[in-house]
Amino acid sequence: MGENRRVRILIGKAGLDGHDRGAKIVARALRDAGFEVIYTGLHHTPEMIVETAIQEDVDAVGLSILSGAHNYLFPEVARLLKEKGAGDIVIFGGGIIPKEDVRGLIEKGVKAIFEPGTATGEIIDWVKENVILRNL
Amino acid sequence: MIYERRELDRLKEKRETWEKENKNLSRREVRFTTVSGMEVPSLATPDILDSFDYLSDLGFPGFYPFTRGIYNTMYQGRLWTMRQFAGFGSPEDTNQRFKFLLEQGQTGLSTAFDMPTLMGYDCDHPRAMGEVGKEGVSVSSLADMEALFEGIRLDEVTTSMTINCTASIILAMYLVVAEKQGVSWDKLDGTIQNDMLKEFIAQREWICPPRPSVKIVVDMIEFCTRQVPKWHPVSISGYHIREAGSTAVQELAFTIADGVGYVQECIERGLRVDDFAPQLSFFFNVHNDFLEEVAKFRSARRMWARIMRERFGAKDPKSCMLRTHAQTAGCSLTAQQPLNNIVRVAIQALAAVLGGAQSLHTNSMDETLALPSEEAVTVALRTQQIIAEESGVVNSIDPLGGSYVIEALTNQIEKEAFDYIKRIDDLGGIVKAIDVGFPQKEIADAAYRYQREQDLGEKVIVGVNKYTYKEERPLSLLRIDDVVDGSQKERLIKIKSKRDNESVKKHLRTVADAAREGKNLMPFIIDAVREYATVGEISDVFREVYGVYRDPGYF
Repeated sequence: MGENRRVRILIGKAGLDGHDRGAKIVARALRDAGFEVIYTGLHHTPEMIVETAIQEDVDAVGLSILSGAHNYLFPEVARLLKEKGAGDIVIFGGGIIPKEDVRGLIEKGVKAIFEPGTATGEIIDWVKENVILRNL
Repeated sequence: MIYERRELDRLKEKRETWEKENKNLSRREVRFTTVSGMEVPSLATPDILDSFDYLSDLGFPGFYPFTRGIYNTMYQGRLWTMRQFAGFGSPEDTNQRFKFLLEQGQTGLSTAFDMPTLMGYDCDHPRAMGEVGKEGVSVSSLADMEALFEGIRLDEVTTSMTINCTASIILAMYLVVAEKQGVSWDKLDGTIQNDMLKEFIAQREWICPPRPSVKIVVDMIEFCTRQVPKWHPVSISGYHIREAGSTAVQELAFTIADGVGYVQECIERGLRVDDFAPQLSFFFNVHNDFLEEVAKFRSARRMWARIMRERFGAKDPKSCMLRTHAQTAGCSLTAQQPLNNIVRVAIQALAAVLGGAQSLHTNSMDETLALPSEEAVTVALRTQQIIAEESGVVNSIDPLGGSYVIEALTNQIEKEAFDYIKRIDDLGGIVKAIDVGFPQKEIADAAYRYQREQDLGEKVIVGVNKYTYKEERPLSLLRIDDVVDGSQKERLIKIKSKRDNESVKKHLRTVADAAREGKNLMPFIIDAVREYATVGEISDVFREVYGVYRDPGYF
């Protein structure tokens, strides 16, 4: 890969949850901010998300989960990424996630959780600071 | 016309003079537009209504075009149904919540199902991992449905069930539960959402592609028209369209376009419009913008009445009535300073009532954080009871009717929504419009615009981008036990070992054959669930015969 590569981000919808307003807005805001963005579309399993992340050589995976299944889906994606030797891909996310669940998710490898009401600018700034180009 | 031409002209002149005088007065630096971005007249006077005609544009409650309400006596005859959506965990958990709500004075049940049930997977499917009972109640087989309604006579409640691509299976189970209680189907009253078109546009739960999905919806309308006459076999829903980020006009336009789509399909099936149209019902969102929302409900009724009479030749006034459920806007609630949500919900609920809704769900203050706690649900229900019993707004029918600004907005929303309907007709109807992603893209654009306005502070969200706190006081939230997962699976294993598996297989084959032959599937699905065939097994038949729809992933 050339030196001029841009940061690539996979925005994913894991599980059966169909709420995609937030995911699509974040995908579009990150694209408008100059990142390369891939959006999975709905209803992906953790395996499918990890496979796409690896195939597409992304630097970060952002997951949106509003179905209450976050305590299963986030750690599962983190585990599978590590298992496939891609543990350096940054994981972040958002959705309907109670504050008391956030710490557990961070311990399991999620770098940041954004709560409802977060401005897109805040997410963009965070990505700029926390996601670096991986060594491919 | 209410006013003489000459009088209107004189008024217009006076208004223009008044406007000139105001021109140089300073105004606050905010945009005076609705939450959807619609311009609102800063002062409405009769001249802006121009050719407004009382009898043909408003008429009387209970009469065409139903702008002022679908019933003669409206809330003096009967209050709206207070219907709080509930469902979580196991069928037993939800059954308890149902009984609690009925004891609190709620008048109808409303069922939320979990994601696996909604998407056609049993609780033991790998895709159900982590989701069983989380966003609603888990139902895999008739045994779960029996537990869900245990001790509740189905001829004594009206039940609403929010389910779509697996609606045919769940309705079949409900009918069999009734049968087992000795309640005949003609006594059953309630609604099943079953609006697949809006799934592709907004809510996004599906199994098969749009065409077979609509075919099953029409099967259910046809079946209910003949066998479950009081049931509402589809609730044409704008709620999710709005939640996905649409404007008020888009919500109305795409919902009415979906309605037009179903009516057309039913007519093509050979049904007579006046035989099924009286059982169609609607479901709209109520967002923050009070005037816009009141107007939207009034426009919706008038549009539907005009379409049913003028486009489809309906003769029965009941076919022209837009009956609607309303729910306050989940997307308007904030995780920050959640107590403020009580106020938002109260304003929205008041708009729904002044808009003339037939039933209402008020959201709970904690829903951006988790499923609602019992305390939060109670406050939400009390909000409706206060509007009904204390506020006095029920004393006069359509009390905002005749307000110049409300009538102006009602006209404007109707006009803009009809423009969208025209564009959809030009694309070849709603299914084709969905195939090319037209409504999906319009909504995604509106959602992004709204978010930008919020990020830039052009639209204020109290507690989020203005008047914020550094430290938030936490609420105590409802937690869903992970044990549900295990207990649901155990019940399913037990059912599968007890039932007549040969008979189940035979019935599943019959459903598949009926699907291939294009027959109405309902009778076959009912026979299959009676034998305890599961949601997942019947959904697999749909997948096998009709194929699976994949999200094109527009953003």
